[in-house]
Amino acid sequence: MLEFRKDIFADERDDNLIEVGQPTARQDILGHVTGTSPYYDDHRFGNLLHLKILRSPHAHARIRSIDDSAAARAPGVKRIIRAADVPVNLNTLLSLIQFGKDDEPSLASDVVRYKGEPILGIVATSERAALEAMALVRISYDQLPAVLDVEEALKAGAPSVNATYPKNTFEYYGKYDHQKLRYGDVEAAFKQADIVLEDRYQMSPIEHAPTETNGSIAVPDTNGRFIVYTSTQALFFSLDTSAKINAMQSNQLHFIGGTVGGGFGGKVDTLTEPLSILAARLTGAPVRYRFGRHEEMQFGSPRGAERIYVKDGIMKDGRIIARQVRCYFDSGAYTRLSSYAVVKCTAHIPGPYTIPNVHADVYCVFTNRTPATAMRGFGVTAVDFAMECHVDKGAVAVGMDPLEFRMLNIYRDGDMKAHRRQAKNTALIECAQVTAEKANWPLRDEFRRMSSREGGSPERGGVVDRTRAPALASAPKLAPTDTGAARTRAPSVAPSPVVPQRIAYERPTAAEPARAAPPQQPAPRPIPTPSAAPPASTPAVSTHGAARFSSVFGTRRR
Amino acid sequence: MSITVKTYARLAEAVNALSSERAAHFLGGGTLIMRAVNEADPSVQTIVRSTDPVLLHIGVSSGRIELGAGVTMAAILAERELSFLHPVARAVGGPAVREAATVGGNLFAHSPYGDFAAALLALDATVALAGGFGQREQPLEEFLGRRDRGNAVVASVAFKRPLPDSFRFSKVTRVHPKGISVLSISAQVPSASGRVTGARIAYGAMAPTPVRAKAAERALEGRALDAAGIAPALAVAADGTSPADDAIASAWWRREILPVHLRRLLLGAAA
Amino acid sequence: MKTPIQFILNGEEVAAFVESGSNLLDTLRESVGDLSVKGGCWQGTCGTCTVLIDGVPRVSCVTLAETCAGKSIETTAGLRRGPDLHPLQTAFMERFAAQCGYCTPGMLMAAKALLDRNPNPTRADVIDAICGNICRCTGYEPIIEAVLDAAHGDARRQA
Repeated sequence: MLEFRKDIFADERDDNLIEVGQPTARQDILGHVTGTSPYYDDHRFGNLLHLKILRSPHAHARIRSIDDSAAARAPGVKRIIRAADVPVNLNTLLSLIQFGKDDEPSLASDVVRYKGEPILGIVATSERAALEAMALVRISYDQLPAVLDVEEALKAGAPSVNATYPKNTFEYYGKYDHQKLRYGDVEAAFKQADIVLEDRYQMSPIEHAPTETNGSIAVPDTNGRFIVYTSTQALFFSLDTSAKINAMQSNQLHFIGGTVGGGFGGKVDTLTEPLSILAARLTGAPVRYRFGRHEEMQFGSPRGAERIYVKDGIMKDGRIIARQVRCYFDSGAYTRLSSYAVVKCTAHIPGPYTIPNVHADVYCVFTNRTPATAMRGFGVTAVDFAMECHVDKGAVAVGMDPLEFRMLNIYRDGDMKAHRRQAKNTALIECAQVTAEKANWPLRDEFRRMSSREGGSPERGGVVDRTRAPALASAPKLAPTDTGAARTRAPSVAPSPVVPQRIAYERPTAAEPARAAPPQQPAPRPIPTPSAAPPASTPAVSTHGAARFSSVFGTRRR
Repeated sequence: MSITVKTYARLAEAVNALSSERAAHFLGGGTLIMRAVNEADPSVQTIVRSTDPVLLHIGVSSGRIELGAGVTMAAILAERELSFLHPVARAVGGPAVREAATVGGNLFAHSPYGDFAAALLALDATVALAGGFGQREQPLEEFLGRRDRGNAVVASVAFKRPLPDSFRFSKVTRVHPKGISVLSISAQVPSASGRVTGARIAYGAMAPTPVRAKAAERALEGRALDAAGIAPALAVAADGTSPADDAIASAWWRREILPVHLRRLLLGAAA
Repeated sequence: MKTPIQFILNGEEVAAFVESGSNLLDTLRESVGDLSVKGGCWQGTCGTCTVLIDGVPRVSCVTLAETCAGKSIETTAGLRRGPDLHPLQTAFMERFAAQCGYCTPGMLMAAKALLDRNPNPTRADVIDAICGNICRCTGYEPIIEAVLDAAHGDARRQA
């Protein structure tokens, strides 16, 4: 049962909600309950061939030799696909937006870097024939020392996992081995704090385990074009990645997706399409590359494991005055999307709390494990888990109710965030109050009277060190800003009163009389002009049209 | 290479085919063999099956119960005389798997599967094997030690009907009821005048095959089924076990929680 | 080697030549053309491929096709009667019991097996009936509610 608390922030909006709050059937649910929703594998071709991949049994090894001659002659086998057959056999997913260097082969040739890494493709008339042929392949390996722990991977002398990033960390903007967030002076604050709480949090990789495994069917169409039925969540992304790896023009590919049998982030890595397309090109026949369940669990990318250190400085009255976070993302052997996850994580720290001193270092680390990918709340879920567990511990340490402890520290309108933007349109206090009401959780009067719109200011929280410019020692020179994207600059003195945004939906239908015009609203606050001082952390600006992809390049939406 | 399937009306003919065919396996419900076929496991090239009705026979007499090797978990659940075995049958997969999974197949299911076999072990069952020699009986414990060798086919299992309310079963799993076992405990704990006599305890997923907890059985002899009475048995609960580290649980965890669950089972506490 | 197989599918006689040792899931999808049956694990553990064989739920991916000769098989494709949906299908739609939809055919068949045998199931009965079917999207509650709705219909709405 959905309940609208329209009493809260009633003066800030018009409630002409038409769709929100109304149950609306999925447009494809009739297909789902009749078994007619088309998943990628619900297409039949008379001469369909099957691609199965031979994978590394070792976490780290040099391939000494491959003898696939017996496999090539095995019954039903049409083609063996080797590393040398792949037109562009080094890629990174975000090269499409010029973020990161190509580091991952589609088929390994000299070194395998994780258990399950693809080495050879076998295309045959049945899956059974392909698997039986696979058993005839002889590969000899020289095993290499493997590193399976993020902090071990960063130690001097650790085995180098990824040839493109030999120090086992992703490189940001060509020179940084991690992402930084600096605000205030945590060390000074820790000295002033009444309580300093430190802990380490760890999660394992988490497998999406969709009921439908990853897969695709590539079908020769006409005139050098291929139709690709795929389970991907990211149709255009997968199309462009496949075009790059196959050295094809994008217009030679027609990707048909739509119904994904469970994605959750695990069907963005484009793991099957490049090779199913290559197999179709090499054989002239439709080819399906479908993960078995074991492959989905072992080779299908998981949510990457993270290790997170959180250190809080807390005053006896309950204010969190400092938070230091060190976070290591286990990207596995290749980058895929973890470079971006780290940026999101850094942007999320220290959580929705007004903490005047924040220090974060977030690393994208390579290990000899299955490359990781996105999963719900990508980049943020685990660090939230760590920080919220830590906040609970802080409440215990201070002797405060955990909900009240949060309400004391949570953002309010006008507070300054560690990313030097002023909080606005906050509502967490009201969420906490309603939650407490629903859960019959007692709150003291003072907390029941709190409001997101009262008491916020850049100085709230106490210790704010203004003498230190929160600049990076080696920040690159600022290039001219991207055109058209005017940026708000957080004022460094008491802010003007926050004017609530107004949203009005006025869409009278033909049958409906026009609604009364909404009450007069004050003119929106003019956007402040950018100040002369450069913002604290700005990367070199990309010339790619996708520069507005804000979190990656550091530009901010207005 | 194609799989060969051979079907025989009589079990004895099926047994002959098993020894003469390459990489041949006798089909129970298919949950294990068909999975191997789907994965192109080279050790399964020939499937031998029999439609002999003797495999589906359930025999209940005053003292003895006989189950054909092809009797499914669902068939057991449908048989009121076997109500003491219902908790075990219900814990084998979900409804669809129970319609396929057989008594005989469960005897060959590798740890951590095989909870029904562990229950049969606690019931002191014997297996009737059909081979070139005809039929012969073998204690289940002896059979389990040699189950991966040889070509005999299990025709049926038999055991003495346990005394009323003396058979107990507990399956420890994260997903009830169908999850793979962290461990399972089957126990016959008959008591006379409040004292346990002749207890039989068997564990699933605590060793490569179901195993009897003989040290715990001895420690229960003559004891009362209360906290003090079972304490010595709990102390030796894990004796003779060799649990594995697998995706479900570590060996350490299995050893740690075993006495906790044995305690609950013996004291009749809710899981 | 191909072997002939004949059975009844959703009330119609079908026949096919299948590779010896084929499982029923592949037979239905590849040889007979019933794409309403889905494959999730090919190990018999996820329930996605659940069909009814002579009224009884079975995981088709580990069912040897040849054992189904002459039997009556029901799949999701056969649930509706022309334009009329089966009460389970309607209930699933009304209760938002499907998101990605991939587990839905298997869930529907598992639920049908229950309702055909027990038209008055308790919540515990429903949970047992679908306990062999994995859903990664809905958290199961909408599915349980849908099955109870299909069984008890108006009685539930009045409650």
